[in-house]
Amino acid sequence: MTITAKRMEVFRRYWPLLEQLVMKDIKLKYRRSFLGYLWSILNPLMIMGIMMLIFSNMFRFDIENYPVYLIIGQTIYNFVSESTNQAMWSITGNAALMKKTYVPKYIFTLSRITSSFVNMVFALGAMLIVFLICQVRFTIFMLFIPAILVQVYVFALGLGLFLAQGTVFFRDIQYIYSAFLTAWMYATPIFYPISQLPEGLAWLIKHVNPLYSYITQFRTIVLEASFPDGRLILYGMAMSLLMLGVGSWAFMKTQDKFILYI
Amino acid sequence: MAANEQQQRFEKRLKKRDIGEGMSEKENYAVRVEHAVVRFNMASERIDNLKEYFVKLLKGELMFKEFLALQDVSFQVKKGEAWGIIGTNGSGKSTLLKLICGILKPYKGKVEIQGSIAPLIELGAGFDGDLTARENIYLNGAVLGYNKYFMQEHFDEIVDFAELWNFLDMPIKNYSSGMAARLGFAIATVVRPDILICDEVLAVGDYAFQQKCERRMSEMRDRGTTLLYVSHSIDSVKSVCDHALWLDHGTVRMKGDVERVGDAYMEMLR
Repeated sequence: MTITAKRMEVFRRYWPLLEQLVMKDIKLKYRRSFLGYLWSILNPLMIMGIMMLIFSNMFRFDIENYPVYLIIGQTIYNFVSESTNQAMWSITGNAALMKKTYVPKYIFTLSRITSSFVNMVFALGAMLIVFLICQVRFTIFMLFIPAILVQVYVFALGLGLFLAQGTVFFRDIQYIYSAFLTAWMYATPIFYPISQLPEGLAWLIKHVNPLYSYITQFRTIVLEASFPDGRLILYGMAMSLLMLGVGSWAFMKTQDKFILYI
Repeated sequence: MAANEQQQRFEKRLKKRDIGEGMSEKENYAVRVEHAVVRFNMASERIDNLKEYFVKLLKGELMFKEFLALQDVSFQVKKGEAWGIIGTNGSGKSTLLKLICGILKPYKGKVEIQGSIAPLIELGAGFDGDLTARENIYLNGAVLGYNKYFMQEHFDEIVDFAELWNFLDMPIKNYSSGMAARLGFAIATVVRPDILICDEVLAVGDYAFQQKCERRMSEMRDRGTTLLYVSHSIDSVKSVCDHALWLDHGTVRMKGDVERVGDAYMEMLR
């Protein structure tokens, strides 16, 4: 049996575990909360409301359909930030289990990213409400949205794998990463238009920040009712695959040593 | 440094032995451990953050003090045999079991397993305290690699064995350790695994349940399951096993018939 076939076999065997872990995360998140899953929709709406109040009165960016602009950027950024933060602790947090029984370790990271992804899919409900209120035109191009979400998912998975293995050896990665996330939020045009930035900075963001690609693809479809630029899509996919490659390479290289450090 | 030299000499020895080994009877073995070495880092202070790592790196104080938990351990278990693993505390018994389960990877040497393994290293290791027992049965089953339908089929059997019908919808954090262990044992032994690995798990639970567990284990043995059993009680090992492996500071001191090895071990203790 080749090594790839063997890996697929293991993955198939542990598929039910992935399912169970994702269900567990989702169930536990809203257990004992009165409104339950509704929070997934209410929470982004509330945050968007606050940001809208701040940025349409205090800073006054001249963006058409600002609520729509805002919620798209916010949803994508929140998913990446939340899922990678969760994934960072996926190995150390399951130490007890990994010391007692054999389970492929990436399953834990994959399940964290996936449960955050499911949360984001719930949050798309909030987005839909905003679309309806702001009378966004629904077009055939919207069928491409799942493909954008897959790009973001793959990117977050790669980053999550990288962070998860790093945290096993160096626990202070959490502090570095939380500072990095703040910088990343401001370096992503979530609430401001990229045209506000000086040319050099805008160029840099367009070329090194993959979130720009994902968010812009999404906004082009919804706000301009047209299909996103092919180069933008290609760049987004390339960045996702690159991140996944780097993340899984680092993870595979170090995973046999996890047991000695957790 | 001395450890390093020892390591090299040892590697040479490994190479010599690997040549000319017959592989014809390979199929009859459930577990084959060949010259396995497990290495840990025993640095006086563990570095677990980047800041310290760079400080030590700059000062040139980064060191790796190795500790071999298992050194050149070899043994073969034929299908259907029951092996007891004995030795004093820290002799590497649990390390060996973890190696066989695949939790640890050998630093040198080889471990080959034929068939499915049910590890009973700690019962209920996969339980999540916030979930109910019902949910945990499915979760723990998935940890062992069984799907939902399989668990549904065997659900009643598991709860019957654990005798927990009245507490199914209670979060498991409210369970006593004995109750959780009962559930863990029931889940882990619901199928007939080819290889059963037990690490002193039966010490928890009341006498009646211990009897029940031992009955189930001997039932499995009758149906041809291979058993690896760790216990500090020689009497228990002698009653359950037919072979024994005596580990001493990470090396094999003696292996073979359980009576002979057990008696020699008791002799040493005295």
